[in-house]
Amino acid sequence: MNIRWWRLILVELRKMLDTRAGAWLLGAIGLSTAAIVAVLVLFADPAEQTFGTFFVLASLPVAFLLPVLGVMLVTTEWSQRSALTTFALEPVRRRVLAAKLVAALVAAVASVPASLAAAAAGTAVAAATGGTGGWRIEAALIGYAALFQVINVVMGLAFGMLLLNTPVAIVLLLLLPTAWTVLGGVVERLRPVAQWLDLSLTTEPLLSPDVTAGQWARLATSVAVWVLLPLVAGMLRIERRDIA
Amino acid sequence: MIEVRNITKRYGRQLAVDDVSFSCAAGTVTGFLGPNGAGKSTTLRMICGLATASAGTATVGGLPYRRLRDPGRVVGVLLDAAAMHPGRTGRETLTVAALAMGVSRARVGELLDLVGLNRAAAGRRVRAYSLGMRQRLGLAHALLGEPQVLILDEPANGLDPEGIFWMRGLLRDFADRGGTVLLSSHLLREVEAVADRLVVIGGGRVVAAGDKDELLAGDGGTLVRARDQQALRAALDRAGHQVGTVDGRLLVSAPPETVGEVAAAAGAVLLELRPADTGGLEQMFLALTAGESVREAVK
Repeated sequence: MNIRWWRLILVELRKMLDTRAGAWLLGAIGLSTAAIVAVLVLFADPAEQTFGTFFVLASLPVAFLLPVLGVMLVTTEWSQRSALTTFALEPVRRRVLAAKLVAALVAAVASVPASLAAAAAGTAVAAATGGTGGWRIEAALIGYAALFQVINVVMGLAFGMLLLNTPVAIVLLLLLPTAWTVLGGVVERLRPVAQWLDLSLTTEPLLSPDVTAGQWARLATSVAVWVLLPLVAGMLRIERRDIA
Repeated sequence: MIEVRNITKRYGRQLAVDDVSFSCAAGTVTGFLGPNGAGKSTTLRMICGLATASAGTATVGGLPYRRLRDPGRVVGVLLDAAAMHPGRTGRETLTVAALAMGVSRARVGELLDLVGLNRAAAGRRVRAYSLGMRQRLGLAHALLGEPQVLILDEPANGLDPEGIFWMRGLLRDFADRGGTVLLSSHLLREVEAVADRLVVIGGGRVVAAGDKDELLAGDGGTLVRARDQQALRAALDRAGHQVGTVDGRLLVSAPPETVGEVAAAAGAVLLELRPADTGGLEQMFLALTAGESVREAVK
């Protein structure tokens, strides 16, 4: 890894955060995490107020909103036409896209300690106010949660690359799980398919400390279809397209 | 420094750029002229590797743009001042670019000063910038990596007269220190004052290219008007000069000094005597800009 490559990654990380939209999104993630933790402290059964539960629930707003950051990392380059300068400074486009991918991975992984901190605060307050859950957490759960965040944010990035349009990518991203639920409810034959392709079902086991071999297989299949495929197609699309 | 060879861009059946060739040497400013939609921006984007040429090649410093190592340190590019993220401040826009190019942060402040964006302006988001301010920021962005080449697409758009004057001085100075400048415009007047060479395109093809002075002088000749037009015309005819009429003036195929001598010898009282300098190029330019129907009507 040379210096140039590091610079590109730093640039992409900075671009993720230095606009008002980026700041708002991070703020929204922080606020909703705090809200969820607070609700848990106030209303959850004291025995359920464990560090692990706090952590899993604190991870959910991140999983919901961080993919939007992934989408915007790519699509704003087109909607604001800053791609013109980005690719003039680094004409090897896959290098820029790879840097965006790494920046997204860093954001996903960095969200885990943030969720842990929110969960710790929640657990501490709960313990002081009569909670009996304690500090138990399985190490595997933390690793799985990191993978969960990575899958979600890379999916956002991939949708952004493939569609190059912020609202369309975000709407599709948010609609997809609902579509599976609705279709699965209406069409009987889709239900077994959903077990393999509905990412919101296949990633569910990652929020528990135990994942079976079958669950891994289903997860891998759905990730290939919804994350890797659009990622590769989107990269190819951007490589070939004229920037205007 | 910039070498464009037979570059062509085809969109479906339409030829946006048709076999365009030209080169820009170090130490010169080249004006890339043409009406809107002539293919200027497409050509510049192909040079910068942002659009793929259907045929032909373009190199900067001997290399295709996409093979330049750290292009920001070699070529300063401003293709569209409007294409900046409106949610970043001016200073942040430059800071991100400085980070990408690996130049020191101190240069950001220097360039903001150079292009006349003060602390307050630099701290505002680009959304609040006028087009003129964006052009200044874009120019700062292009100069950030201390490049040897500048490629600027319509940099004077949105600048006030004072700003245009300032930019001319900056570009002239850049070229005089050995830099290469390629700037496009749809206004002949805008580049006339700063360019050494002109490349004029219309409908995707180069219609004129060369040294500015030669092009502008061209076969312009001299325009002259006398109190007794008939007598002067007769005298010029006798002296063996080609004489035509343009707008009530005589267009003579000789330099002003010669025409003045003939007039003095004939005792003609002159009301006007000047080189028909920009006539040729300007008329061609007007013809390019005017639609086909207008051209028909003029005939």
